[in-house]
Amino acid sequence: MAQKTVLRKPKGFIDVYKHKPGAEKDRTHYCPGCGHGILHKLIAEALEDYDIVEKTIVISPVGCSVFAYYYFDTGNIQVAHGRAPAVATAVSRANPDSVVISYQGDGDLAAIGGNNILQAANRGENVVVFFVNNAIYGMTGGQMAPTTLLGQKTTTTPYGRNPQTDGYPLQMCEIINQLTAPVFVTRTSLHDMPNIRKTRAAVRKGIKNAMDKKGFSFVEVLSMCPSGWKMDAVPAQEWIKENMLPRFPLGTLRDISEEAPAIERPVPVMDADEVKKILGYGAFSDSNLEKNPDAAFNKVALRVAGFGGQGIMSTGIALANVGMEYGYNVSWLPSYGPEMRGGTANCSVKIQGDTIGASECTEPNMIIAMNQPSLEKFEKILIPDGVIIYNSTLIDIEPTRRDVKVYNVPITGIADELGDTRFQSMVNVGAFAAVTGMFDPGEIQGLMSSLFAGKPESVIKLNEKAVQRGYNYVKDNFS
Amino acid sequence: MPRKLMKGNYAAVYGAILAGCKAYYGYPITPASEIAESASALFPKFGRTFVQSESEVSAINMVYGAAGCGQRVMTGSSGPGISLKQEGISYCAGSALPCVIVDIMRGGPGLGNIGPEQSDYNQVVKGGGHGNYKVVVLAPNSAQEMCDLTMLAFELADKYRNPVFVLTDGVIGQMMEAVELPEPVKELPDKSDWAVYGTADSRHLINSIYLDHDDLEWWNRELAKKYETIQKNEVRVEEYMMDDAEIVAIGYGSCSRVIRSAVDLARERGIKLGMFRPITLFPFPVKEIAKFPDRGLKGILTVEMSDGQLVDDVNLALKGKMISDLYNRMGGNVPTALEILEKISELYGV
Repeated sequence: MAQKTVLRKPKGFIDVYKHKPGAEKDRTHYCPGCGHGILHKLIAEALEDYDIVEKTIVISPVGCSVFAYYYFDTGNIQVAHGRAPAVATAVSRANPDSVVISYQGDGDLAAIGGNNILQAANRGENVVVFFVNNAIYGMTGGQMAPTTLLGQKTTTTPYGRNPQTDGYPLQMCEIINQLTAPVFVTRTSLHDMPNIRKTRAAVRKGIKNAMDKKGFSFVEVLSMCPSGWKMDAVPAQEWIKENMLPRFPLGTLRDISEEAPAIERPVPVMDADEVKKILGYGAFSDSNLEKNPDAAFNKVALRVAGFGGQGIMSTGIALANVGMEYGYNVSWLPSYGPEMRGGTANCSVKIQGDTIGASECTEPNMIIAMNQPSLEKFEKILIPDGVIIYNSTLIDIEPTRRDVKVYNVPITGIADELGDTRFQSMVNVGAFAAVTGMFDPGEIQGLMSSLFAGKPESVIKLNEKAVQRGYNYVKDNFS
Repeated sequence: MPRKLMKGNYAAVYGAILAGCKAYYGYPITPASEIAESASALFPKFGRTFVQSESEVSAINMVYGAAGCGQRVMTGSSGPGISLKQEGISYCAGSALPCVIVDIMRGGPGLGNIGPEQSDYNQVVKGGGHGNYKVVVLAPNSAQEMCDLTMLAFELADKYRNPVFVLTDGVIGQMMEAVELPEPVKELPDKSDWAVYGTADSRHLINSIYLDHDDLEWWNRELAKKYETIQKNEVRVEEYMMDDAEIVAIGYGSCSRVIRSAVDLARERGIKLGMFRPITLFPFPVKEIAKFPDRGLKGILTVEMSDGQLVDDVNLALKGKMISDLYNRMGGNVPTALEILEKISELYGV
């Protein structure tokens, strides 16, 4: 008895195409003779045979296959033009155990999404890309694609593709094959049965790679577009053979699927206690130092300025940290950007009990000037009765302001005596402490170890010494 | 509470980690780069995803993908990068995908410069991409709020299935302040009725196509309803010395910090200035501002670092009963408290 043939859709397809508008929910929207239907079926059959329909996610592009989600009984994500590889990247990272299929046409993949496909391939994302190359934009009505052949007439190359104005047909497999990461790069065709069978094998290979987390597989499929090419279905098959195959030779350019190791993705840590531990909550400031009620200052608006490399930013950050330890509100604002690399640097530091408004000290009550241009620039905006601390090692002029208090401290000199100019910022911290009376160097030793966490004990000790020297210099010379 | 001194840009990333954000996709740009940098340092410590994307366009599409898979996900950028992301943001809004986008505004147009500005106001608050949509916009003005409002952004994004912006300027991004780190979020919302996980029960469709005109009109009206609900429920403002204020200065982000200083200075001089600060830019505090004309104010001054983008919304809310004056700086310049007081004196004779 002859075997009974049961005609049914593969399980990779939705039985009734519920997402498809209109009455015809049992057939595709593709034109007669189009290759998409064939490729869809090869994919759907493979999903059934590998029993992975439920764990598969199909990314539908823009183009005729924009509606791929009508058909596949999988998770479906429809995306913007050209961006399927970017979306697939995140989908694969989010669901590392799923099988992610990125389905794209030639305009989508090779033109507007050219960089997306290269970069996803280069990262070796665990996705399988099915690239339908029909040498034309189908959905938008037959315009030139990157893969359009030389001389081919389209609605935007009405005189034929001219290499001098339109360039040459892009060979995506060959381009992808230049990259290190992809594991499987192949080109097949749908123009006759033997090649459909080869396509079937390539589809399965790509999907199997995604199942096995082997990384990036790229399957280019030459496909008929009778409507776009303005010809009947059978001549369209012939057209591929005669015109596309010479430019887009069939075959596997690379297959290292066997030896490629499976990609492993970590499991995200979400437990609240674990999160706090990793963020180092235990090491944060608990602001337990007591403010000095007799301090000369309880509200600081400080501008620190000098050359890049003079510890300007670190002086400000250290003082803000100290202020925070004493329970003050603090802010630190750098001059940022090219200025930072152009040789001069300055930052604003506010330390006060009240809520801080503007963080930029436009009218500072104190400046620390590490070089002459900074002194000249910022003494002008200092408020009356303000304080200037300046680096007398490098500045040999006096400030011009007479309505302010001036402390000339050989900041660089003290640091150099300790063996490294980089101690300047801690000398500043010491001088600041002495001038403001806001804190005592002895109290901030614990802070020093956290400021210089990871540095050798000897370095921490020297920095502590620098603070003390800066402090002592002011106390000894200006009391 | 434990406090840590950190830049606003870092605080946003801490907020993301604490809110259970599982993935960061981004592209470097000054003055937002520390967001990507700190995400690259922090996310892998938690086995969470960090990818430096090939472009801003890719970053937002990666966000789209992760959001479609139900993850809390974030990206960050600045003006030119936000311009590039707009198409993807429209897709996120059209597909009702929750995600968080941080914009640290810089000077424009074009390449402009990397100084602080607030000139992305229109392109962010008005939904700068194609189609009818809005995004929730939170405008922090401190490092603390960069953390707190980023956490809130994730919450609102999930609550409304909508993109949420954390919009601030270069000053707030670059400034360091002490941040009290809150408790991490313990439970994430259930998205199993729509998110795609690659499992039998999650074979959903993430999509913004509605071929049928009536269907798309229906969807637009659904979105409009959602925005109305947001307008009704989510307005947040901060007021300072407003009770007896005769003059009100309105501003957000670093402008609100400067206004606070101006208020203190004004009060020392006997000028009754108050600060009104929108924390949410969409929803905009329309009702609150609409009440100002009944207070018998001497004047309303909007302070912004853009070319009258904020004052337009203030004046829309005032409905012609009063007209807000404008004091603005641009190009990377930040207004100062003294400038604001001079302007007030010039305008209102105080």
